[in-house]
Amino acid sequence: MSFLSHLISGISLGSIYAIIALGYTMVYGIAKMLNFAHGDVIMVGAYACFFIASRYELPVVLGVLVAMLVCTLLGVIIERLAYKPLRSASSLAVLITAIGMSYFLQNAAQLMWTSNPKVFRSVVGDKSLKLFGGQLSISAIAIVTVATCIVIMLGLTWFTGRTKMGKAMRACSEDKGAAQLMGINVNATISMTFAIGSALAAIAGVLLCSMYPTLMPTTGSMPGIKAFTAAVFGGIGSIPGAMLGGILLGIIEIFGKAYVSTQLSDAIVFVVLIVILLVKPAGLLGKQVQEKV
Amino acid sequence: MLKVNDINVYYDAIHAVKEVSLEVNEGEIVTLIGANGAGKSTILQTISGLLRSRTGGISFMDENIGAMAPHKIVERGLAQVPEGRRVFLRMTVKENLEMGAYTQKASGVPDDLERAYALFPRLAERRKQVAGTLSGGEQQMLAMGRALMSHPKLLMLDEPSMGLAPILVEQIFSTITEMNREGTTILLVEQNAQMALSVASRAYVLETGHIVMQGDAHELAGNEDVKKAYLGG
Repeated sequence: MSFLSHLISGISLGSIYAIIALGYTMVYGIAKMLNFAHGDVIMVGAYACFFIASRYELPVVLGVLVAMLVCTLLGVIIERLAYKPLRSASSLAVLITAIGMSYFLQNAAQLMWTSNPKVFRSVVGDKSLKLFGGQLSISAIAIVTVATCIVIMLGLTWFTGRTKMGKAMRACSEDKGAAQLMGINVNATISMTFAIGSALAAIAGVLLCSMYPTLMPTTGSMPGIKAFTAAVFGGIGSIPGAMLGGILLGIIEIFGKAYVSTQLSDAIVFVVLIVILLVKPAGLLGKQVQEKV
Repeated sequence: MLKVNDINVYYDAIHAVKEVSLEVNEGEIVTLIGANGAGKSTILQTISGLLRSRTGGISFMDENIGAMAPHKIVERGLAQVPEGRRVFLRMTVKENLEMGAYTQKASGVPDDLERAYALFPRLAERRKQVAGTLSGGEQQMLAMGRALMSHPKLLMLDEPSMGLAPILVEQIFSTITEMNREGTTILLVEQNAQMALSVASRAYVLETGHIVMQGDAHELAGNEDVKKAYLGG
């Protein structure tokens, strides 16, 4: 029974990683850059929801919506101010800018909201579902997290596979020049990708802090790095890869904590990553298309 | 219809296109021939707005497009089939065609798809296949069908015969003349000068970034210098 309960916590933690990893992987797919500030956007989203729902005790739905709005704007502004001017710069310059943006957001949060931890009130309360005569209890937040993750996955699959904008996004991620020759506005498409990724980050932030209620300016940092790992693990640039990578990473982390060592659980996660990348350098579902010439 | 006036295009310090002027009139097939690296593709990319000229100007249908964003130029009715086809390899044939119709209203797309399939029946058979699984010739057809989806007034083709078997080259060129008969003006860039001159009405010869000759396609095909340099004898 404890195995089952660990598996469930692994899947729900992994679902959060997956939602964050989607932001990394979509942005990487289209802008070919690693947006290391993505983890900190999560933190900003969590603060937005905290102020609305915990501090002022307004409805939770409003808190989540405001968080999504704030993060969407933030993501688009970050792209416009920090990354767009570097569109033709070396990838190293963009990477350093992204790391700088990450620290900027953390420090700005520290100035505005201090580094004292805030206690985030779970958006679904602390109810739980008892099964097998109380032997297995599944928390409401775990159920909500997994359900949200499934809805997001289905939504994105529909969006990229069926809508004009979504297909344009795939076209841009494959060949920006050719996409422009189709009449696609590449800059607008990149902005939209940042907007979607950041809105997802807000959701991830709310779910994360509902699960682990301590909110600080550095809250997004470690989950951000883990989600980046998950995106690479699943194959960066691939949307199903981010989902699979995120969930597997969550399961490995929780199992590592439960059966091996709490201290070593992060190390185990990264060892698994290294082994996977040695065997399959493009990640689990990574794309290695042979270009025809 | 299209007027390119005295453009100079650079890749950093490399001066790739030097004081090039050319003109395409409505209904024509105009070809731009020249050796590899002469600057032909650079000119087309500049017309499409993917590269910028430092001087001069480009106008299309009496509108200055020299500083216009590439997607706006497509909206004006100027499409390009790029060198190397550049179809979206991970998307299906149908999705590629739909991307070609990006600037069009959704209501017209089903009819346009049927038109593309009628022009290239091979694509109809493979509509659900991912473009990466197509042969080179099929990819060229897809690239052309995709460009036609935007109902271009002027279609620019960059080396459509590249890497194709002679029988396919014949087919591609007969499609080009067919498209032209149906009202699409064509600007054709080719290394296969013989084929290009046989379908074109006028031609420009490009050498290391300069236009060195221009005129009637049949006359140029008979010109001794052109024969020696581009027609193998």
